Order: sequence, then structure tokens, then C-alpha cells
Amino acid sequence: MNNKPLSTTNTLHQTPFLKRNRNGKINIIKDKAFEVVGIMATLVGLVVLAYFLFDIIIDGYARVDWAFLTSLPSRFASKAGILPAWTGTVWALGLTAIIAIPIGIAAGVYFEEYAQHSRINNLLEVNIANLAGVPSIIYGLLGLEVFGRILNLGASLLAGAFTLALLILPIIIVSTREAIKAVPKTLREASYGLGATKWQTISRQVLPASSGGILTGTILALSRAMGETAPLIVIGALAYVPFVPESPMDEFTVLPMQIFNWTSRPQADFLVNAAAAIIVLLIITFAMNGIAIYFRHKWQKRML
Amino acid sequence: MKLTSILATAAIITLASCGGSKTSKSELSGNVKIDGSSTVYPITEAIAEEFRAVAPDVKVTVGVSGTGGGFKKFGRGELDINDASRPIKDKEAAACKEANIDYLSITIAYDGLAVVINPQNTWVDYLTTAELKKLWEPQAEGVILTWNDIRAGWPNEKISLYGPDAASGTYDYFTEAIVGESGKSRGDYTNSSDDNVLVQGIASDKNAIGFFGMAYYEENLDKLKVVAIDNGTGPVIPTLETVSSNTYSPLSRPVFIYVTKQAAARAEVKRFVEFYIENAGKIAKDVGYVALPQDMYTKASVEFAEFVK
Repeated sequence: MNNKPLSTTNTLHQTPFLKRNRNGKINIIKDKAFEVVGIMATLVGLVVLAYFLFDIIIDGYARVDWAFLTSLPSRFASKAGILPAWTGTVWALGLTAIIAIPIGIAAGVYFEEYAQHSRINNLLEVNIANLAGVPSIIYGLLGLEVFGRILNLGASLLAGAFTLALLILPIIIVSTREAIKAVPKTLREASYGLGATKWQTISRQVLPASSGGILTGTILALSRAMGETAPLIVIGALAYVPFVPESPMDEFTVLPMQIFNWTSRPQADFLVNAAAAIIVLLIITFAMNGIAIYFRHKWQKRML
Repeated sequence: MKLTSILATAAIITLASCGGSKTSKSELSGNVKIDGSSTVYPITEAIAEEFRAVAPDVKVTVGVSGTGGGFKKFGRGELDINDASRPIKDKEAAACKEANIDYLSITIAYDGLAVVINPQNTWVDYLTTAELKKLWEPQAEGVILTWNDIRAGWPNEKISLYGPDAASGTYDYFTEAIVGESGKSRGDYTNSSDDNVLVQGIASDKNAIGFFGMAYYEENLDKLKVVAIDNGTGPVIPTLETVSSNTYSPLSRPVFIYVTKQAAARAEVKRFVEFYIENAGKIAKDVGYVALPQDMYTKASVEFAEFVK
């Protein structure tokens, strides 16, 4: 999308260099070649995604209806629904967001605005970056022991939400830091220049200016949490739950668990149900992304 | 007066149509916590679904931590019932004893393991258990590679092996029944925890052979061919009859539920287990398993009644 204007500016900037270079033509060819490679690389992902979406929608769209959304699981594929699964996903996600977002943003602000370059802080920074790469099942084991057993939350929604919150904290912290780094120094200086305190500068200038980046990172993190199955299986999320969770202490199931369960059934009709459940999961993801984009625009307008 | 009697009659009719159990629609409430084997899960899920018609206020939840994972929680007293695709191990029983957990094992159905090949495979008519052992034992790795390595006269073509991964109870059972030791087999086979992946693999590979629960064969009759197994008394294929009469031996296995005494003392758990035993035969067939002979369910009812006394 940006390829055309970018490459023109590049060529302009490079003109004096090219004059000196006898291989100028080769470089221009290389430049074009890279553009093609870039487009191909983009297409690989998009084509695979499009194929996957197409396949899933063909398989499952006819199955998504009101009854499917409001029915309990059943051994009869045609009667089975995803009510406990999608409500469980919404509950788990809401709780995870409430826990992870304030902690993640606060930690990110601390590292960018307050932390001195001490050895402990360096150690913390390296560890947070590493945590982002820890396999999710490890978080499940941690969650089972700490939240499930020591805090005695069992296999409740709250235990699941805490586990998922831990899982996505590193992503939120890292994206918060990146977003804050991108705020121009002049903005801070202007704020200080008008006599604002550090907290006033952060809360009224830096955070609003970086809210777009923070929000994008947060939504990506939550989307990841939404698709996680492994850590929830470990803490004991269930496969068959015939009720809608009513409190954070209730046992629960989530959409990916239901999908996983259905894909391993021998009857082909359950695979259709799984495809339909995937469509619902995707719709929830897209809706969340939509909400994030809406807020980003709203905040950016207010900034101007 | 008249209204009451009409209501009463209506209630009786509704109940009668609700599955014909002896007890009336109950005022039971509370939770029944179940976890364990993913093999037994479809049966338990179906029973839990039907149980809602009998006791709508009882919240029955079912997890799929696997037989071993379930027994771990069972031994901590975190579960009321554990689904198991194998009997409890000594170590697990010891843990229960240490925690003062008294339990009862109830056999609820049979599961046959089907050995299947690609429909284009025209040469395999049957396999003896000795031939299966020769193919799957650990020493076969890198040695038994072509079909004529198993039986002279079969094509000199490479065999592709498919089977459940080592974490599954099905794998444990197959290796114990065929190789003679649970969990020991050759490692050079395509494994997956998802039996549907195995079905796809075998269906698209002419030289494939693999095994899994017979429900997966029955749902894919057009894509797979089942192999008759000869255990010394002639080749037998897995069917409802051969599995329940135990003539399809040694590849049919019982599946169980384990219930603790503490849990069974609670009215909702007691009623659930009774309901399970009453309906397991019919439900097992619905979800692709094989019912036990009726007298075994009767015997289980008696045992359970003794256990809760």
C-alpha cells in the first residue's frame, strides 16, 4: 500500500549516490525486486488467511444461528450450542482486561518515565522481554499452583483470568513502552515548561498521546488471550458446562475449548459445529478490534 | 381439587416420557464435579445432558484432563467422579488411601480398538496378534519396513504407521494388549492426539495402517477398511456383538467411572451415578461405544447400593 510513494522517495534520495555508483541500474533493479518480494511476502499471509476464512465460512456459516448461540452442549451435533462457551469467553476476557490493562500500563509507564538505569531495573526489563516468549502452558502450570491451589480459587473464572492476565502482561508492558517512546520530547518539555508536574505531564500529555499504540498492543494481547486453550486446560477449565457463569468464582469453559473438543469427535457433524464456533470466535475478535479502533479515533480527535 | 389432579396426572406423564427412571423429578440441587479421560467424555457428557431432564438444578460439569490427570485430582479429593479408560494404578490407589478417599470403580461400557488400512489395500485380509506385535514392538523400529516383512507374499512396499500419541490411554491399552507392555512400542510412526488426523492420514495413504477407537472407524466407513484380528481362534472384526461378547480379543477394553464415598453420600451425586448406570448402555451406543450385557449393569447397581449404604 505504501510501497509506491516510499520507493519514489528512496530513489530521489539515492540519486547522488547512484551517480557515483557505476552499478546504479543494478541497484534500481534490486530496489524493484525487493518491492516484489515484499508484496509476495504480504500476499503469502493474506492468501493463507483468506483461504482459511473461506474454508471455515463455507463449512460453518449455515450452522450459526440464534439456537446455536443460545443452546447448551449436546451429544447430538445438530442440537448442540455454544452458550456456556461464548459467555465464558466474554467473562474470561472481561476479567483478564480488568486485571491486565491497569497493571500492564502502569508497569510500562514506570519503566519509561520513572525507572533509573539500575542493575535491578535492567534485570527486570530483560526478564519481561523473556516472559513474552514463555510457552503458554507454563503459565497454566503457574496459574494452577498459585491461583488454583495456593489462593484456593480452584478452576474458577477468576483463576483463569489471572492466568491469562499474566500471560499477556509482557505484551502490554512492551507495547506501552514502545508507544510512550514514540511521544515527542517536545511535548513533555512544553508541559514541564508550563509548570506541570511529572504526573500531570504523564496523565494529561504522554498517556493520551500514546493511547493509540497502547490500545493497539492491548487489543492484540487480549486477542491472543482469547485464543488460548492450553493454560486453561491446565488450570482445569472444563469441557462440559451446562450453565452460564454468573460470578467470577464459577467454573467455566471457553470457545477454544469447545472447538478443540468438537474437532476431536469422530462424527463429521461436530466438525461443522467447530467451524461455526470458529466463526463466532472470529466475530468476537473483529468486534473487539473494531471497538479499539473506534476509541483510538475518538481519543486522537480529542487530542487535536 | 380437579385442577390438582390434572396437574398431578400431567406431571406423571411428563416424568414417564422423561426417560422412564424409577425416581420422580427431584428437588435435587448442588454440583457434581467430573473430570478425567477424554475417551469416556462423550458418554459422560451425554449422561449429564440427559440428567438435566431428571434434576435440572444439579450442575454437572465435566473436564477432560485425561485418565491420569483426573486421578491426580481425584486423589486430592477435588473431584466427585473420575472418568477412566483404564483401571486405577497402584500409585494412584495409594494416594487415595493416604488421603482417606474410599472409592468404587464402575464399568460402564466397552470400547473396541479398530486396526484400519486404506481401502486401496487389497492384500491384507487379516492380521494375527503375533503379526501385529512383530509390526509394533520396539525392536521393529527400522527393521519391519515393508509389507512383506510382516507376511511373505505381501508387496515389497513401505508401510506407513499411524497411531495415537504416547499420552493417550488408547496407546497404553494397545501396547499392553499387543506388545505385552504398556507404553512400549516402536517410535517411528506418525502420531497425533487427534484421531481425526489419523483418519485423514490413513485415508490418503495406500500403504497406511493404524489403530484407534472403533467409533472413528464407524464414522468413516467410506474412507477406511477395518482389519480382522486373529488371536488364535480365527479372524474377527470389531462389531457391537464381537466386542460385547469379548470374541474381539484382545483389542476390546472396558471403560470406567470412579466415584468417591464422600461424594456418593451426597444425594445429587448418588442420584447421578444411579442414573448413569441405568442409562449407560443406551447412551454408549449413541456415542459409538459398546454397551455391557444387562446383567453387568444390574450387578453394578447392586454394588453401588452396597457402597453408599
